[in-house]
Amino acid sequence: MNILEKERKLNELLSQVDKLGKGDSVLNLKKEIEAYKLNEMTKLTAWDRVLLARHSSRPRALEYINYLSPDFIELHGDRLFRDDKSIVGGIGTIDGIPFTIIAQQKGNTIEENIERNFAMPHPEGYRKALRLMKQAEKFKRPIITMIDTPGAYPGIGAEERGQGQAIAMNLLEMSNLTVPVIAIVIGEGGSGGALALGLANKVLMLENSIYSILSPEGYATILWKDSSKAIKAAEVMKLTSYDLKEFEIIDGIIKEPLGGAHFDREETFKRTKKAILDEYFKLRRLSGTELHYQRNNKVRNYGFLQRFNYENLGGLNNDKY
Amino acid sequence: MNDISKTLNKRKTNRQKIKLIHEEGSFVKAQNMDVPKGLYEKCPSCQRTINMKKNIENDYICKHCGNHFRMRAIDRIKYIVDNDTFIEKGIGFITLNPLFQDGYEEKIAKYKLATNLNEAYIYGYGEIHGQPCVIGVMDSYFLMGSMGSVVGEKVAKTFEYGVYKKLPVIIFTASGGARMQEGIFSLMQMAKTSAAVAKHSKMGLLYISVLTHPTTGGVTASFASLGDIILAEPNALIGFAGPRVIEQTINEKLPEGFQKSEFLLEKGFIDQVVHRKDLKDMLTKILSIHRRSFI
Repeated sequence: MNILEKERKLNELLSQVDKLGKGDSVLNLKKEIEAYKLNEMTKLTAWDRVLLARHSSRPRALEYINYLSPDFIELHGDRLFRDDKSIVGGIGTIDGIPFTIIAQQKGNTIEENIERNFAMPHPEGYRKALRLMKQAEKFKRPIITMIDTPGAYPGIGAEERGQGQAIAMNLLEMSNLTVPVIAIVIGEGGSGGALALGLANKVLMLENSIYSILSPEGYATILWKDSSKAIKAAEVMKLTSYDLKEFEIIDGIIKEPLGGAHFDREETFKRTKKAILDEYFKLRRLSGTELHYQRNNKVRNYGFLQRFNYENLGGLNNDKY
Repeated sequence: MNDISKTLNKRKTNRQKIKLIHEEGSFVKAQNMDVPKGLYEKCPSCQRTINMKKNIENDYICKHCGNHFRMRAIDRIKYIVDNDTFIEKGIGFITLNPLFQDGYEEKIAKYKLATNLNEAYIYGYGEIHGQPCVIGVMDSYFLMGSMGSVVGEKVAKTFEYGVYKKLPVIIFTASGGARMQEGIFSLMQMAKTSAAVAKHSKMGLLYISVLTHPTTGGVTASFASLGDIILAEPNALIGFAGPRVIEQTINEKLPEGFQKSEFLLEKGFIDQVVHRKDLKDMLTKILSIHRRSFI
């Protein structure tokens, strides 16, 4: 039984509560619901988390932004080609501190999703993000990026306008920034399309979000030539927040309410805000050079490898490179 | 039965016999030929069979149509770098299996034997017509030249070596993208290599990226597209998403020549398409022009 089926059952129980009104039976039922939540919804498999990250009612980036910064002003366009709606960017204040916020936005309905291109950005989206980051650096504003994308869009137009170059340029320029950058994965973080906003001083993840090199379906197709093995792939790929924390790819996990972020939006937003401000106050103490150094040092240590130790061989190779 | 039909029958049986013998003979002949696998290959562009041994002497270029074959890293270095000047750096890295993927170690071991390389990338110090530089070459015969932790680390080290010795860097890319077997670690190599390019670039040093067939995925979206000067070989496949993925997404056949180097030249993403025979001279010219600036 996966998490969506459990959720359906829970919703049935909740609707029964509404029907019964008041009385002892309701109290019993409420106890039952709490027990069910604790027993069934705490231990999630990797596939459950994939389903939750793609959940249709999961809070989207703009909802977070509206909560974090009520005076948010959206800024459009990359000044080169057009405005990409799958990336939302702008300026606003959080508790009086000005921030530049850049986020990948999914839609809640099909029409919205088509308008937002299912949060799969074109190169112009990444160039808009880069423009806003440069602007933030000029005015010494800290940057928050929110990641929620299945990946960069694979299409003819995207290739013609240099999808690879746009992502590469983002990575290069983000490593050079001298203002604090905080990245948060709020849903799906898929491949280079997610990483192009993810080179940050601190990378946070919501508990039930995923961050991976490609979708579990794609992984199963490439390695086992069978896309129906996606559940197994999700287990193997280590894409959940807890696995990535263990690998030190990310720096922190923002806990979600039982059953996923959509069960208690307010609470999720509150925790996210707290996490952002906590990290910001830590980073604020560092100078621009230190921030640059910290980010590069963090990135430099990514990787899982070993090197044969030449020092044991008695100075055969003294060159440190 | 009359005489005519008898003789006809005789002829038939004879013919059959001859045919059988002929078949047997060809079978034996084929067995005795003892052709090593890969000696003759069909050229993908003009469909003619060519002797690969002679083709390698001709720098992997088809003598009929000028098609550029994929080149092994060792041969590339032999071809580009002056004799006896190449010193390999960054040896002794060991590829691990972070996700405990079944059969990954065996695969790596197999490719190590087949290609005589440790990983899909080698780099080192070299001289091109007497001009010193750091050269890195990816080998697409090693697991499609995919970028895992070790490749990413070595690419980063290439740029660090360039910074350390104040030398220009030339990288020949040939890769199918990030290595799926290492999962998220491969993805992070994109960030690592891009940051390394930034460090090298900040020192005011030159980075030439030469794109060869095929350069796709995570490599295109990181250090391959970040060269100060980007060159490409003719008719090479260069792009972010693979052609099959795009076809599946948009449900259309792709136009002829899509994602080829000439296409990218037209769209303004590479500086020049250079024939393999002219590549060494071109690199020499570029290096000599930039030599003045760092005296």
